[in-house]
Amino acid sequence: MLKFLLKRLALLIPTFIGVTLVAFFFIRILPGDPVQVLAGERGVSPERHAEVMRQLGFDLPLWQQYFNYLTDIFRGDFGTSFASKRPVLYEFFSRFPATVELSLCAIFLATLLGVPAGILAAVNRGKWIDQATMGTALVGYSMPIFWWGLLLIIFFSGYLHWTPVSGRIALNYFFKPVTGFMLIDSLLSGQKGAFTSALHYLILPTVVLATIPLAVIARQTRSAMLEVLGEDYVRTARAKGLPSRRVVALHALRNALIPVVTTIGLQVGVLMAGAILTETVFSWPGIGKWMIESVNKRDYFVVQSGLLLIALIIMTVNLIVDVLYAIINPRIRHQ
Amino acid sequence: MTDTTTTPVTAPPVQPRLAGLREVWYYFSHSRGAVIGLAVFVALVIVALLAPWIAPHDPIFQYRDKFLTPPVWQAGGDPRFIFGTDAIGRDILSRLMHGARYSLLIGAVVVTISLVGGIILGLLAGFFRGWVDALIMRIMDIILAFPSLLLALVLVTVIGPGLFNAMLAIALVLQPHFARLTRAAVISETNREYVTSARLAGAGNLRLMFRTILPNCLAPLIVQATLSFSSAILDAAALGFLGLGAQPPIPEWGTMLADSREFITRAWWVITIPGIAILITVLSINLIGDGLRDALDPKLKRS
Amino acid sequence: MPLLEIKNLTVAFDTSVGLFKAVEGIDLHVDAREVLAIVGESGSGKSVEMLAVMGLLPPTATVTADRMMFDGKDLLNMSVADKRKIIGKDIAMIFQEPVASLNPCFTIGFQLEETLRFHLGMDKRTRRARAIELLEQVGIRDAASRLSAFPHQMSGGQCQRVMIAIAIACNPKLLIADEPTTALDVTVQKQILDLLVRLQAEHGMGLIMITHNIGVVAETADRVIVQYRGHKMEESDVLTLFTAPKSGYTRALLSALPDNATGDRLPTIGEYVEAAS
Repeated sequence: MLKFLLKRLALLIPTFIGVTLVAFFFIRILPGDPVQVLAGERGVSPERHAEVMRQLGFDLPLWQQYFNYLTDIFRGDFGTSFASKRPVLYEFFSRFPATVELSLCAIFLATLLGVPAGILAAVNRGKWIDQATMGTALVGYSMPIFWWGLLLIIFFSGYLHWTPVSGRIALNYFFKPVTGFMLIDSLLSGQKGAFTSALHYLILPTVVLATIPLAVIARQTRSAMLEVLGEDYVRTARAKGLPSRRVVALHALRNALIPVVTTIGLQVGVLMAGAILTETVFSWPGIGKWMIESVNKRDYFVVQSGLLLIALIIMTVNLIVDVLYAIINPRIRHQ
Repeated sequence: MTDTTTTPVTAPPVQPRLAGLREVWYYFSHSRGAVIGLAVFVALVIVALLAPWIAPHDPIFQYRDKFLTPPVWQAGGDPRFIFGTDAIGRDILSRLMHGARYSLLIGAVVVTISLVGGIILGLLAGFFRGWVDALIMRIMDIILAFPSLLLALVLVTVIGPGLFNAMLAIALVLQPHFARLTRAAVISETNREYVTSARLAGAGNLRLMFRTILPNCLAPLIVQATLSFSSAILDAAALGFLGLGAQPPIPEWGTMLADSREFITRAWWVITIPGIAILITVLSINLIGDGLRDALDPKLKRS
Repeated sequence: MPLLEIKNLTVAFDTSVGLFKAVEGIDLHVDAREVLAIVGESGSGKSVEMLAVMGLLPPTATVTADRMMFDGKDLLNMSVADKRKIIGKDIAMIFQEPVASLNPCFTIGFQLEETLRFHLGMDKRTRRARAIELLEQVGIRDAASRLSAFPHQMSGGQCQRVMIAIAIACNPKLLIADEPTTALDVTVQKQILDLLVRLQAEHGMGLIMITHNIGVVAETADRVIVQYRGHKMEESDVLTLFTAPKSGYTRALLSALPDNATGDRLPTIGEYVEAAS
C-alpha cells in the first residue's frame, strides 16, 4: 500500500513539472512581451519598459526564469493580479469555496441519482426502465450545459418565478464569510431564512453542473453492474440461496463500485470545465467565472496561475481517487 | 510442380474485411437508437450541404423592421420567418441551417486533426516503447491534467479568438485520448503471432505499424472518433458562447446563444432554438457512437 | 424414492437467431448417498440442466419439465422464496473456476459465514467456530487465520476447498459439482476429487459430478449418464459403461482415450458425429 502510494506520487512529478512548464510558457508565448501586455494600449517608455522587465526577472536566461518561477510557487507566490493589484493566491482562495460548494453539491447529486439509476437499468436490462434511464442519460450526456442553464432560468425563474436568476444569496442577507461555503455560513449567521435563501440560489446551478456527471455516472454504473452481474461469484452468491436484493446490492455492487468510484473521481475535470460555463450563466462568483473575466480583461498573471492552480487541484483529487481505489479494491490493498 | 506451389498465398484481405463491415452493420442496424441517430445525422449533413440553396433568407441579412419576431405558431409571428428573427432581425432558421455547416465542419476538422495526430503519436509510443513512449505519454498526461475546456480557453487566449483557432485548440485537447487508445491497442497487438510472422516475413517498421497493426486497432478508435466529434461540437459551441470561438456575425450555434443572452426574458426562442439544434446534433452523433461501440465490441455482442 | 428426480427436462435459450434448445427431454434421478456422473463434451447441456435445478439460469432461458422433485418437494411449482430456503442449504453447487467463483471483495470468512447466517441463523460466535471447523474439514491448514484472507491471496486449489466448505456448510443432501477440477493443476485435481468423495461418504450426501473427463468418472461415480448435444445417449452403472457401452457415442468417447487408442492415430469424437449425421 505504501509502495503503491509512493509509486503514484513519483508519477506525479513529471506531470507537475509539465504543468508548471505549460503555465510558465503561457506568459512567454503570448504575442508581445509581458510588459507590453501588462501596459496594454497605453504603451510604455523604453526606460520604464527595461526597468519593469528587470523587476519581473524577464531579462534572465530562460532556465533561470523557470527556476525562479518554481521557487516562487513553492513559496506560495503566484504573482499579482494586474486588475485588482492583489495577490493571485488571495483572489483564488476568496473565490475557491464558492466553486467547491457548487461542485460538491453537484457531484453529490450526480452520485445520489446516478448510481441507483445505473443499478436499476442494469438489473432491468432491455426492459423499458433500462431504455428510459439510458435514453435520459444520453440526452444529459449530450447537453450543452450553458444552454441547459439558460433554459432552466427561462422556465423556473422567468416563467414560474421559483428560483433566482443569479448570485449566491438574496441581497438582504449580509454576513461575513467564515468558511466561504454559503450553506454553512448562512446557518452560522443565525439569520432567519438565510439558509433557505442560499439553498434557493444553489439549486439551479447545481442541477446544471450535475447534468453531465450524472449521465456519465449512470452509464458507467450500468455497464459496471452488467459486467459484474455476469461474473461467477454473483452466480455463487445466488447459489447460496441469498435474496436477490443482497446479491445485487452487496455482492455485485461492491465490485461494480470500484470502477464507478474512479469515474466519479474523474469528474473533477468535467466539473471544473462545467464550472466555467455554469458560473458564467448564473453569475456564480467562483473561479470559473473569475477565469473567464480574467481572460476577457487580459489579466494574464491570473490566467497563468489560475490554470496552474486548477491543474494542481485536479492532480490532487486524482491522487486521492487513486488511493481510494486502492482502499476499496482488496486486490491492490493486500499486495 | 513448382508453378502450382507458388499460387497459394492469395487470401484476399478485402473479403473478410467486407464481411466484418456487414456484420458491424447487422448489429448496428438492430439498435433502434443508432439508426435514428444516423438518420438525423444524414439529414443534418444534407441541410448543411444545401444550406445556401434551401435557406429561406441570407443568414446575416438584417430585416430592420422585424426585430425579435416570434416563431410562426406564436401570436405576432411572421410566416416568412418560421423560427422567428433575432435581436437584429436575422432569420433564425436560415442561421441555423448555415450554422449546421460550421458545427459539422468543426467536428470533422477537429476529429481529423486529433485522430491523425493521436494515431501517429500512439503508434510511435506503442511501437518503440522506451524513452519515446515515456516522453509522448507524459506530454499526453500533462494535457489531460487540465480540464479540456479550460485548456482550450487558454490556448485561444494565446492564439487569439476565432473559429479556426478554436478548432485547433479543441483538437489539441482531444488528441491525447486517441494517442492513449492507439498506444494501448498497439502494445496488446504487437506481441500477437501475426505481427511476429509479418516481422519474420521481412515487413519494415512503417509497414508493420500502418498496414499490419493499425487496422486491428481501429474499432476503439472509430468509437472514440465519434464521441470526439460530438465533444468537439459541444466545446466549440461553449467557446462560442464564451465569446472566444466563432465571432459574430458567423451563425455558429454557440455564438448565436451568446448574442441573444440578454433577451432571455423577452424572447425565449432566440435562446431555445439554437440550443435544441446543438442538442439534437450532439445527441444523434452520440447515438451513432453508442451503436458503433455495441456493434464493434465483441464482448457485448452475445445476447 | 430418489433424492432428485427429473422427467423430460427441456431448457431453451432465446437468442438473436431464434430459440436454441440446450437440453431436450432429459430424465435423470439421483438417490441419497449415490454418486452420479454426467459426462459429455462442452455444449452437451450437462451444466445447463443442473443450473436449471438450482434456478441459476439467465432470464433468457426457459425451463420446462414434466417433473422436478427434490426430497419430496416439487421444485417446479415452488415460490422463489421457498426455493431459496433449499438452494444453498439442501442442494449446494460448486463450480469450475474456483478463484472467479469467490467474491474478490470479501474475505473467505465472510463468504463462508454468510451461508450459515442466512440458512441456519447462527450467531456470530457459533458461525465463526463452525467456519473454522468447516475449513479444517476441507483440509485448509491454519483455518482461523485464513478466515480473514481474500480469494486472490489463495491458490486455485485452496479456493476450491473454500467453495466446497461453503457448499457443505449446511450439511446438504445433494451436492452438485460442475467440473470441479478442470481449472486446477493435475496434482491438485486428485486431492480435490478425493476430498469430494470422502465428504460424500462422511456426510451421506448425494453427489452429482459433471465432467468431461472419463477418468474422473471411473474414479468417483456409481452411475453415469452420457450426454451429447442436449440429449441423453446412455445411462448405466459405471462398470457396464466401461465394459459394455451401449451407445455408439460412448464407444467413440472411450476409444478417444489415449490409453485405448489403437494404431498410430488418436480417434476423435468428430468421426462419430459424422457417422451419426
